[in-house]
Order: sequence, then C-alpha cells, then structure tokens
Amino acid sequence: MSVSAQVKQLAPAAGRSSSISTGERVTKISSFILLIVICTMMLLPLYIMLSTALKTQQEVFVFPPKWVPNSLMWSNFVDAMKARPFGQYFYNTTLYAIVGTIGEVFSSAFVAYGFSRYRGKGRNAMFLILLATMMIPYPVTMIPQFVLFKNLGWIDTYLPLNVPSFLGSAYIIFLLRQFFNTVPTDLFEAARLDGCSELRTFWNIALPLCSPALASAAIFGFMWRWNDYLGPLIYLNTDSKYTISIALSSFTSMYNIVPWHLMMAAALVAVLPPILIFFLAQKYFVQGIVVSGLK
Amino acid sequence: MAGKRGLLSKKDWWETKYFYLFISPWILGLILFTGGPILMSGYYSFTRYDIAHNPVFIGFQNYTNLFHNDLFWKSSGVTLYYTLVGVPLGLAASLVLAMLLNVKIPGQRVFSTILYLPSVVSGVALSLLWVWLLDPDFGVINMLYYNITGQVGPQWLSDEHWVIPSLIMMSLWTLGNNVIIYLAGLKSVPQNLYEAAQIDGASRFKQMWHITIPMVSPVTLFLLITGIIGSFQVFVQADVMTKGGPNYASYFYVYYLYQQAFRSFNLGYASAMAWVLFVVVGILTWLMMKVSKRWVHYEGGGE
Repeated sequence: MSVSAQVKQLAPAAGRSSSISTGERVTKISSFILLIVICTMMLLPLYIMLSTALKTQQEVFVFPPKWVPNSLMWSNFVDAMKARPFGQYFYNTTLYAIVGTIGEVFSSAFVAYGFSRYRGKGRNAMFLILLATMMIPYPVTMIPQFVLFKNLGWIDTYLPLNVPSFLGSAYIIFLLRQFFNTVPTDLFEAARLDGCSELRTFWNIALPLCSPALASAAIFGFMWRWNDYLGPLIYLNTDSKYTISIALSSFTSMYNIVPWHLMMAAALVAVLPPILIFFLAQKYFVQGIVVSGLK
Repeated sequence: MAGKRGLLSKKDWWETKYFYLFISPWILGLILFTGGPILMSGYYSFTRYDIAHNPVFIGFQNYTNLFHNDLFWKSSGVTLYYTLVGVPLGLAASLVLAMLLNVKIPGQRVFSTILYLPSVVSGVALSLLWVWLLDPDFGVINMLYYNITGQVGPQWLSDEHWVIPSLIMMSLWTLGNNVIIYLAGLKSVPQNLYEAAQIDGASRFKQMWHITIPMVSPVTLFLLITGIIGSFQVFVQADVMTKGGPNYASYFYVYYLYQQAFRSFNLGYASAMAWVLFVVVGILTWLMMKVSKRWVHYEGGGE
C-alpha cells in the first residue's frame, strides 16, 4: 500500500533530469538488450509447447526439432481430449477449484477481520501461531489427516480436499489481515454506533471494502487448487473423479512411445485457464503476491 | 492470570469475545487439521501402523531404522543438494531480474508480464513440458546445446549427475513470484540514498552492494525461508518426471515419505519421517530468524 504511494511520489523525481549521463544511457541500453534475451529464453519453452502440440507424430521425432511444424495439426487437440475423458477431469478440477476457493476466501476473511479488528486478549500469541502454521509443510500433517478422513469414510471423495478450506487457511488469513489493517477503524465504529451488529458490519462494510483483496485471494486459491497434485493423488482413486493434474500424470503410462504432440496439446489445454486468469486479472494477481511478501 | 481477569474492563471483554468469535473457524481448523495431526503423527512415529490394523507401540524403532537406512540419508542428501544450490541461485537470479525491471526503459510492463508468464504454468503440466524439453534425443535443449557447442548434450534426467542440475534449471524458469516481490522491495528503497551516493561518487556496483542489497534484505530473508521450506517439499517433479531415479539420484525426501506412507503403508515409519521434517524445518526457520539479525536491515532499527 505505502509502497505504491511512495513509488508515485518518487516517479517525477526520477524522470526529472532531462540530461541523462552516458553511464545511465549505457545501463538503460544494456538492460534493455539483456531483458530481450532473457524474455526470449522464457518464452521459448512455451513456444515449444505450442509448436509440439501442432505437429504430426512423425514430425515430433525428428532431430534436429523443427521450429515451425509443416502443417498445423489443430486436430491434435481434439485427439488429445478424446484420448481420455478430459471433459470430465476439467469439470472435476473446476468444481474443486471453485468450491474450495469460495470456502477458503470467505472463512479466511472472517478470521482475518477478527485478527485485524478486535484487540482480544492473547491476540499477539494467536497471530504468532498463525504465522508459525504458515511454515508447516503439508507432508507433516498429511498422514493423520488421511487416517482421520478414512475413518470418516471420505476417501475417494472431494470432502478431504474441500472441507478443511472452509475453516480458513493461514496464508490467506495473513494476506487479508494486511488489507483489513489498512481500513480506518472509524468506519466500523460508526457502524456500531448506528446499531449495526458486528456480523453485519463485517458482511456489509468490511467485505465490500476489501473486494480487491478478496479477488487476489480467490485467484491464489483457484490457481493453487488447479495445480494441486499431492492432495488429489492421495484421496482420489476412481478414474472418473480425477483432476486434470492426476489425469495428465497418468497419461504417459498409457503408451509405449509417448505421443508428445498429444501430451503437449493436453498440457496446453490444462494450463489455459490459469493463463487466461493471469491475463484478465494481472493487477489483483501482482497485488496479492506483493502484499504477501512485504510486511 | 486469574487475578488479571478482574482487571479486564467491559471494553476488553467485548473485544476479547468478538476476537475469539471471529477467529473460531481457524482455531477449529488448527486443532483438527494442524495441531492434532502433528501430535498424532508424533504418536504414530512410535508405532508400527499399516492403517488396516491398529497401531502397535514399538518405541524408538522407527527412528533407529530411519537413521540406519541408506535411502533416508540419500533422500535427505538429494533434497539438501537441490535446496542449497537451487534456492540461493534462484534468489540471486530473481534479484538481478527485478533490478533489470526496475531500470526505467520502455516496455517494462511487457517484460514483467513475460517474465511472470512461465510461473503460471505449474504443477504436472510444467513437469511434463520439461521432460519433453530435456529429452536427450529429440528435445530442444540438446538441440541448442549441439548448435552452440557442437557436441552431443548430456542425458539430463536420465543421468545420475545431471538430474538435479536439470531440475534446478527448470526451477529457474518459474521465478516470477520472487521477481515480483523483489521488484516491490526495490521500489520502496528511498531514492535519495542513491542520489547521496552519486554525489559521493560511488560506483553503480558499490551502490548495489551497499544500498540495494541491504535495503532489500528483509525481502531476501522472507524469500529464503519460504524458498527453503518449499524446496524441502519437492514432490511433483520426482513423481511425474523421474520416479526418483536414475539410481535414486532424485529420490526427494517427501517422495520417499509418500512412497512409505501410501505405497508401502508403513505409516509409522513415514510419520517418523514427517516428524524429522517438522523438527528440521522448525530449527532451520528459528536459526535463520536468529542469524538474520546480523544481516537483515530493518528501517527504523538500531543501525
């Protein structure tokens, strides 16, 4: 928050000097060239992904690899999607990502509001515990969690993946707390004096004010679940319940010679939703990352 | 404690009541899905447990077995190697990229979008893509290698000595998060520090060394801790790309833990591994925070 404000203040100062020194010009030109080279390297794997997805099987296994396919095999996408019930996996993954994310964002916002708004006794200790739990690796808790969910009869369902989300996640709570802290408390005090209950104040005033932060949190949650692998791998056994990640990883084992053109087509379809979200909501995306990384 | 209760004013009571009301979902989750499981895995680690039968208490046997098992040391070593090389390299590269993005030149928005884009591709799709790029015979990386050096490239993922460097190279492709966080850190460095240094005639390198790096050191600490913890948990690459091979050269710690827990159903043994991981992460985090007081610069702090 203060960061962007500071940047805005500094911007005119930085652009002020019309006479740039030679040293500065050298820095600018060399940075520009370096960035072009690095960006090309960053884009190369994505380009290979696309070009492979559009090649014929024969063309895939040619050395040296061809940069541009002879003919663009758009039918590869259809073939890849037909090779396994990817439509079903797409649906499963989308449902998991949406349900889990909604649960996580709203419960985390509720908790984050509590952390930010009320000076309860023991708040600092609780906050330290919250920070500490952010550091705990999932493998540390996954075995007893599995035993718990097995005893509940929840194996091979999405319940073990979704239910914990509805009790908030430390990371998102932390992120949203940072945002709630920037809202002036007078607003909430005024609502209380007007006879607004605490729950209604949260729902009607705090939440709408923080909708950009909620958007950032939701994007994080969605992307994370979309790519989640270990959780679905442990809990889902039936093929028709798989997520895209699980389906992709078992795709290779169906063939003796890996059909890389179909693999890349399927992988490309799998990463399309995250890429689309990134381009559509880049602002919220970057904001979320920055807030989580800076105090 | 008991005496203090009487001292709580009405206002304090009100604040405390609502504080705990609002954070109650998190407390419930903490007990059910974090704290409880940590204690339970501590208990399981002292038992023989295959989930079909009740756990049988066997004392420290899982831990003695663990510390006498070559594969445990191998997987720890592999994970440490990947972490000790990959994380610092990743941080250095991220800082350099962020500094490049912080130079005022045209097209910065486009550059930063492109640098972040690979980070959106993650998980299994990312791993599959890199298996293909690193394919020794038909992959584009060995083609470039051949074009540049005129020699046949390494076997990458199929070579014991190259598999970890290959995975580190892949991790350098998805630095986007770190770069964005560093960039925000760089933008918050007060510009007058550089102006003062320029007046004093400090070179660009000196400015970077004495101003930029110390000023972003809190960011570095944060990225270092989260980077190490994340790196200790590598799983997808091992499961999708290498199956831990060749010759266990990429048998990452969590991959071993997963195999023990969900393939061999040695849940007691795997829980002992989980506890070792928990203790190591705890000690390392504490240590890094402690040592950081010497090298992390906080604004308004003593210095």
